[in-house]
Amino acid sequence: MSAVATSIPGPIPGPILSLQNVWVEYGDKIVLEKVDLDIAAGSFVSIVGPSGAGKSSLLRIILGQERPTRGKIELDGAPLAPECGPDRGVVFQRYSVFPHLSALDNTVFGLECEQAPLSARLFGSAKRAAKAQATEMLAAVGLADSMHQFPAQLSGGMQQRLAIAQALIKRPRILLLDEPFGALDPGIRADMHKLILSLWRDYQLTIIMVTHDIREAFTLGTRVLALDKRRHDPHAPHRFGATAVYDIALRKDPEPEPEPEQTSQPPSEAPPQLQESA
Amino acid sequence: MRWVNLHLNRSQRILLGALPIALLVLVYLVMAAQRHADNPMDKILPLPGAMVRAMSALMFQADQLTGQMVFWVDTLASLQRLGLGLGIATLTALIVGLVLGVLPPVRATFGPLVTGIAVIPPIALLPILFIALGLGETAKVALIVIGIAPVMVRDIAAHVAALPTEQIIKAQTLGASSWQIMIRVALPQAMPRLLQTVRLALGPAWVFLISAEAIAADVGLGYRIFLVRRYLAMDVIIPYVAWIALLAILMDVALTQTSKRAFPWAHGASH
Repeated sequence: MSAVATSIPGPIPGPILSLQNVWVEYGDKIVLEKVDLDIAAGSFVSIVGPSGAGKSSLLRIILGQERPTRGKIELDGAPLAPECGPDRGVVFQRYSVFPHLSALDNTVFGLECEQAPLSARLFGSAKRAAKAQATEMLAAVGLADSMHQFPAQLSGGMQQRLAIAQALIKRPRILLLDEPFGALDPGIRADMHKLILSLWRDYQLTIIMVTHDIREAFTLGTRVLALDKRRHDPHAPHRFGATAVYDIALRKDPEPEPEPEQTSQPPSEAPPQLQESA
Repeated sequence: MRWVNLHLNRSQRILLGALPIALLVLVYLVMAAQRHADNPMDKILPLPGAMVRAMSALMFQADQLTGQMVFWVDTLASLQRLGLGLGIATLTALIVGLVLGVLPPVRATFGPLVTGIAVIPPIALLPILFIALGLGETAKVALIVIGIAPVMVRDIAAHVAALPTEQIIKAQTLGASSWQIMIRVALPQAMPRLLQTVRLALGPAWVFLISAEAIAADVGLGYRIFLVRRYLAMDVIIPYVAWIALLAILMDVALTQTSKRAFPWAHGASH
């Protein structure tokens, strides 16, 4: 049942994402130095590390929001455009959804942008098809009953579910999560863990998640990267950047708790079974 | 109990709000009555009866020279100028503000120019407008537009630029182009702010309208006030000012209601 092994029959033998000798510098401050990283398709990579270790910088350069100062990033073997694109989905801790659109419209948005370059709106049968697809996606994240509500009417956990549905409807090659559950209650967080694992399995996703919660990193990930500085100059702490000091592959069942396989069911608001975060 | 915790219900608020207004009216009436007791011909503080008489002449009797109901012609002319000015300024603010707010190269190119125009006192430009555009309607509308548009543009641009980066990034990961981000992400979120900006611009817009009419016009609320000032006709000036205030309040309320109806998400349409 290991999704890593089974879900990728694999015409692509190489890594889906490859970072070679990547450096990120702001002025003379070095944030990341010499990051070499290959990420296999279907993996769930957790990135942990102390504050200021460049976790979010790493995510931003993979996302295309920022450009590395040096080095090469390849997605599916092709150099990555220095711009965000629909091949990399993202869920931030906050502000990921559009406040002026209902949950359904938030989810339809990605389809409208693709199919209607000028008006960014769909009509008639195209609109109905897009809505049906979005409805299905919302049901998969457990928002079937809240489709017509605005984000301000949804709880924090539901907003993050919406942000995930919104990203997944584009079928991104990689889903990037930037502390997606950091602002949620422990109980809600456990529900979200179950949700993201079941989506990861069902949609055969490749996920890179930044978190400051080490238990979350190990519970969810098939691989955990710890970023930190290898060297430290006490007189000029900014002159050495962080890199991946630990790279731990977890050969494990992605599902920690015994639970029957239920495909694309909205996860119940069951009592938390995973853990309360530290 | 602390004053910060004294929350009033609706009827209490209306009562308290009416109190100072009623007090002012009362003070005026007492002073006017006093002056008329001293001098029945007093023109400075006319009694309500005199105002009604003067105004009914302007409202219901055709002017002998022009054959028009002066009050309504004035109102129509002023509202037309104000509406045109506000409309052009609002449209400008929306389009320019949106482009400035969303597109960094455009902001870099035209931001300083807009800032520069915004700091010029518009009244100082009035002579230039009269010279360039003549004394007709165009110059008056132009004064209103030049007076309020730059501030509105800057406000909308700042509001759009302050949208969370996460939203703009997210839109791009959903495949949105610059144009699509502009019309689907920035524009709808700028709209409630735009109505708010128009509300705040109403005050200055009236100032520029009355100024322009006072200097060169042959019809309009501001023109009439400054015309009858020569005869100390306070019985016309005071009702005209009250009428202007009423029109301004109605516009303000209409804008607020429109915003609440059209953009419920921006007004805490929550749980």
